[in-house]
Amino acid sequence: MELLGITKTFPGVVANDEVSLALRRGEVHCLLGENGAGKSTLMAILAGMQQPDEGHIRVDGRETAIGSPRAALDHGIGTVYQHSTLVGPLTVVENLLLGDSRAIRLNVAGARRRLQEFAEMLGVEIDAEARADELALGRQQQVEIIKALWRGSRVLVLDEPTSMLTPQAVDELQKVLERLKETGLAIVFITHKLHEAVALADRISVLREGRVTGTLDPVRLQSITPSELEKEIVRLMFGDSDAAGEASELKVSVEAAEASEGEAQSGRGGEAALELQNASAPGDGSQPGIEDISLTVHLGEVLGIAGVDGNGQRALAEVISGQRRLKRGELHFLGAPIASMGVAQRERLGLRYVTDDRLGEGIVGGLPVSVNLVLKRIGQAPYWRRGRIRREAIERDAEQLVSQFDIRTPSIHQRAGTLSGGNIQKLLLARELSSDAKVVVFHKPTYGLDLKTTRTVRRMIGDLRDGRAALLISTDLDELLEVADRIAVLSRGRIVGTVENGPGAAEQVGRLMISDVSLGMEVAA
Amino acid sequence: MSESLQFPAHPTDVVEVSPPPTDEANQPLRPRSRRAAAARDTLIRSVAPVILALITGGILLLILGRDPLTFYGDIWQGGVQQGSWEDSAMRAAPLLLIAVGLIVVFRANIWNLGYNGQFLIGAALITGVAPHLAGTPIAVSLILLFLIAMLAGAAWTIVPALLKAYYGTNEIITTLMMSFIGIGVANILVKGPFQDPTVNIPQTRVIPLDRMLPSIPGTRIHIGVLVALAAAVIAHFVATRTSFGLRLHVLGANPRAAAHVGLSVRRLILYAFVVSGALVGAAAAADILGVWGYMRANWNPGYGDTVIPFVFLARLNALAVIPFIAFFAVLSNGGDLAASNANLPTDFLLVLVALILLFMTVIEYFGRQRDLGRSYLTPGLRRALRTPLRRRPRESQEVAP
Amino acid sequence: MTALHVAAATNIFSRAVLTSLLAGGVLAGVPLLLTALGESISERAGVLNLGLEGMMLLGAYIGFVGAYYGHSEVLGFVLGASGGALGASLMVVLCVWLGLDQIVVGIAITLAGEGITSVLQGAQFGSSYPRLGAPANLAIPVVDHIPVVGSSLFNESPIVYIGVLFAGFLVWLFRSTNIGLNLRAAGEKPEALDAAGVSVIATRSWAVLSTGALAGLGGAYLSIVAAGVFTPFMTQGQGYMAIVICMLARGRPLWVVFGAFLFGISLSIATALQLAGVNISTDVINMLPFVAIMLALVIFSRSSYLPPALALPYVRGAR
Repeated sequence: MELLGITKTFPGVVANDEVSLALRRGEVHCLLGENGAGKSTLMAILAGMQQPDEGHIRVDGRETAIGSPRAALDHGIGTVYQHSTLVGPLTVVENLLLGDSRAIRLNVAGARRRLQEFAEMLGVEIDAEARADELALGRQQQVEIIKALWRGSRVLVLDEPTSMLTPQAVDELQKVLERLKETGLAIVFITHKLHEAVALADRISVLREGRVTGTLDPVRLQSITPSELEKEIVRLMFGDSDAAGEASELKVSVEAAEASEGEAQSGRGGEAALELQNASAPGDGSQPGIEDISLTVHLGEVLGIAGVDGNGQRALAEVISGQRRLKRGELHFLGAPIASMGVAQRERLGLRYVTDDRLGEGIVGGLPVSVNLVLKRIGQAPYWRRGRIRREAIERDAEQLVSQFDIRTPSIHQRAGTLSGGNIQKLLLARELSSDAKVVVFHKPTYGLDLKTTRTVRRMIGDLRDGRAALLISTDLDELLEVADRIAVLSRGRIVGTVENGPGAAEQVGRLMISDVSLGMEVAA
Repeated sequence: MSESLQFPAHPTDVVEVSPPPTDEANQPLRPRSRRAAAARDTLIRSVAPVILALITGGILLLILGRDPLTFYGDIWQGGVQQGSWEDSAMRAAPLLLIAVGLIVVFRANIWNLGYNGQFLIGAALITGVAPHLAGTPIAVSLILLFLIAMLAGAAWTIVPALLKAYYGTNEIITTLMMSFIGIGVANILVKGPFQDPTVNIPQTRVIPLDRMLPSIPGTRIHIGVLVALAAAVIAHFVATRTSFGLRLHVLGANPRAAAHVGLSVRRLILYAFVVSGALVGAAAAADILGVWGYMRANWNPGYGDTVIPFVFLARLNALAVIPFIAFFAVLSNGGDLAASNANLPTDFLLVLVALILLFMTVIEYFGRQRDLGRSYLTPGLRRALRTPLRRRPRESQEVAP
Repeated sequence: MTALHVAAATNIFSRAVLTSLLAGGVLAGVPLLLTALGESISERAGVLNLGLEGMMLLGAYIGFVGAYYGHSEVLGFVLGASGGALGASLMVVLCVWLGLDQIVVGIAITLAGEGITSVLQGAQFGSSYPRLGAPANLAIPVVDHIPVVGSSLFNESPIVYIGVLFAGFLVWLFRSTNIGLNLRAAGEKPEALDAAGVSVIATRSWAVLSTGALAGLGGAYLSIVAAGVFTPFMTQGQGYMAIVICMLARGRPLWVVFGAFLFGISLSIATALQLAGVNISTDVINMLPFVAIMLALVIFSRSSYLPPALALPYVRGAR
């Protein structure tokens, strides 16, 4: 299968610019690039979700149009999307049968047999009658892979498949991919993580700003040393400009954080800023709650919370911010109990929350940037006086915050929903960090951001060590190792251990994550 | 559940901190021309559905063998000429109050569709209580009656409001059910305790003319019209200039954001419902005390049903809704004459109203597509119509960084 | 308790009263049943159909006209179903294809249905309301002679049996066919259905059309069988009641049957009570089903379930 000169533009952006790729049987072809480099668009084109403006797709040498997801499947292209496409309330078998045939009756027995065969081929065990949303995430992904292969696919496209997985599940995925490769499948592996690409790929294509900046074929991958390879890829990903310098700096800073352990220590021993004692709270839907969590964030400290997504992170963050009630346990802020306070009261005390769901709950997209900046202070002086809005005050402070936090917007009157992801995040940071923030909870603060903004955000979190404090909930272990002083591991709603950041912390955290989750997998299976 | 029920025509002119936002931000325009373009755009989107509906209605009349020109001419004659504009103005009073009541909740993206029940409960209580206030000064009596109607209307929203606030129960269903119950209760009241003992027809006693709302000097128009106009102005002020208005808007635009930024969502839902119900009750007071003076069993003018399209056409703006209500008051007042001349049920107006709604959604759709720089056709339709020669960019939600 | 009350109380359980209660329950319940079954299809597929009331009226009027001029009930039912589907096709184009707001379009269809049928009735028949002859019933042999239930349940218009059988058919359709699976996915997670290569738009379109046809059939039953006459606004909120029944039944067809007949019986209590000599105002009686629904909603408010993608248009690639 071949892609030739694929170009796709959206209003204002060229997502793909003359992209050409060749996919070969029995080979893992890695598409590597930063967030926003055009990987997802390319994948959507392969899956028939988007049509290219220009360019051709050839399957077995014949030119074809992939006009719909159905056409993609008919051409033998199976896709595993970054966001699950399993229907939660349906069983595994029902999910696999979805769209499988045009016959009226469901062939459940046949599907079950088929599932068994696939499971054996992949070397995994899957309960056919389990509800899809009750499976562990790794297991769900295996079902998705089977689903993508269900109709005899010859090409398997995986979009950021490791973003939701534990290190252990990533290993399992790697084994599954090895087996699939042996069956002669062509695999497209899309990722923004360099080490994954290096570990898995037979061939690496690097995307930057919608263009393929280079392809490393198997021969070349074998012939150069790992460090040369990384250098080469970094150059391709970030160009020769100083961005490359920033990128390597980012990598180096991991070691720097480990080295500066002494400095991190110095910040601690401070007063307890935020304290949870035996805190429990319910989850929602398939998302777990938290169970009996006790932790303390000291002033001058950044406490990291590691864990795979969907282990109670949201419940933890919302309990602290006040969006979710505690069922049991206590919550203290600078020594005072705050469990009975609402969001607004906590906000006034200086307890802030930078949410991970920026568009869903962070901003009101239809309102201007200026109003979004005061959204947590509606009705308060100086922006409102006796219930009446004071626009001058709002706009004056908005102008100042926009320049201070470098929010790129045509004006403060621009609707917030039209900003890019990075600028929306900066808007949220401006709102939460301004006016006397004392303790800030960050939930996946750099998820989906480009490198430059990521750096800025991490620097801001670190800056809170100046006598304030931060709780950093992240699924990115590298980020925690770079920024946090201590790292607690959250698993199935509980804190399973806390690790001092420093040499060897990564392994310890990884072990904590694995130990409990593998237990969970057994329960689920 | 119903948090997800977003109406696409949600006000974009909210909180006038900003000039009307347009999506032409990439092509820099001078502010004035941009504002003019936006105004023209709004005008087209608001007026075009009405014109299209009138044209389609005319075609329907032709099919039914009626002369549309005569029909619309009769509307003009019966709605505006020879002092009938005064009747139209009085017809507008309850319509406008209901419209404002709906705007309050719709801005919060809450669907109070129980206006008929709220209205009739208020009306029935007024006609029942008014005779007992015969001895009180007229001003006291009128104010009391207004308050009673408003309380009744508000009370009728409480159950749906609580269910929505605490369990998220779909308020469309609950308000509709409460509406049917309200209609029944109003009938029971009219036929039972409030029945005029001197007549055999099921109706209440008639409020004497000197106990009704006084007229504006020099006209026949009662002051309820002024009350309605004042309500619209106040509602607009609250919506655009106060913290309460912004809170309601945040709740309507993104309920999860409302919870995130610490608004007390439950209290807001309750307030929105109660204010809305009270305004509908006030509409009943204005109508009964201004025009009718009594209530007959099974009377249900259904004002709210016909007001809904204009509320949307005005983009949930309480000031902008005034001309639309005026237009519809003329249409419905003159429509009585036109329908009887054309030997058609007055329900023909419902068809016109429905057509306005439909054309409005369609035009809104086209406008939205253009704003986003999209083609007007859905992907499915476009694929069906696509010719191999011409390829157009497909839609995307991605936004330029 | 006075003697009169006691007499009434004993009378309530007399054979005549029970028969009329059951028969009335069927008569009033079938339109609800058909419409609510229809709604269970489109709700499953993620389309909230507030236009049901209008579709029922369209079916009632067009069905009545067909039966009246064609002298054939069957023709009436067929035309009634197509009338409902006609109303639904508007919803298909505007809501499913163009992704417009389902609530606003639903309200518009209801208003249009109310207005247009009233206008057509006025234009066609003036102020006279012609009646149809007694409907043809299909007695099921043997069981129709069982006392009470026999004449009330097993001597009915064929539509009644069709309605109940259709509920069984829907159970099968939802549970063990690809169509049922597609409908569920379209309501629960349309993007998953799309990714599986099945058109969400087509699935939803057919769902809404079937809903309209069933609502039209329910309306036609109302005018042709239950009333024998078409009067404007004759549905009196039954379209909305059907939505509630479907919601409380969580879209499960057999529960819909149960709920529809329960509400049918509560609608027909008036006649039964009058037969029993109890005189209650019809206003109270007409209110009862809505009071019952409100009570049910208050009590079961936590457990009513609607698919997550309900009332949301599907646009590929939109998040």
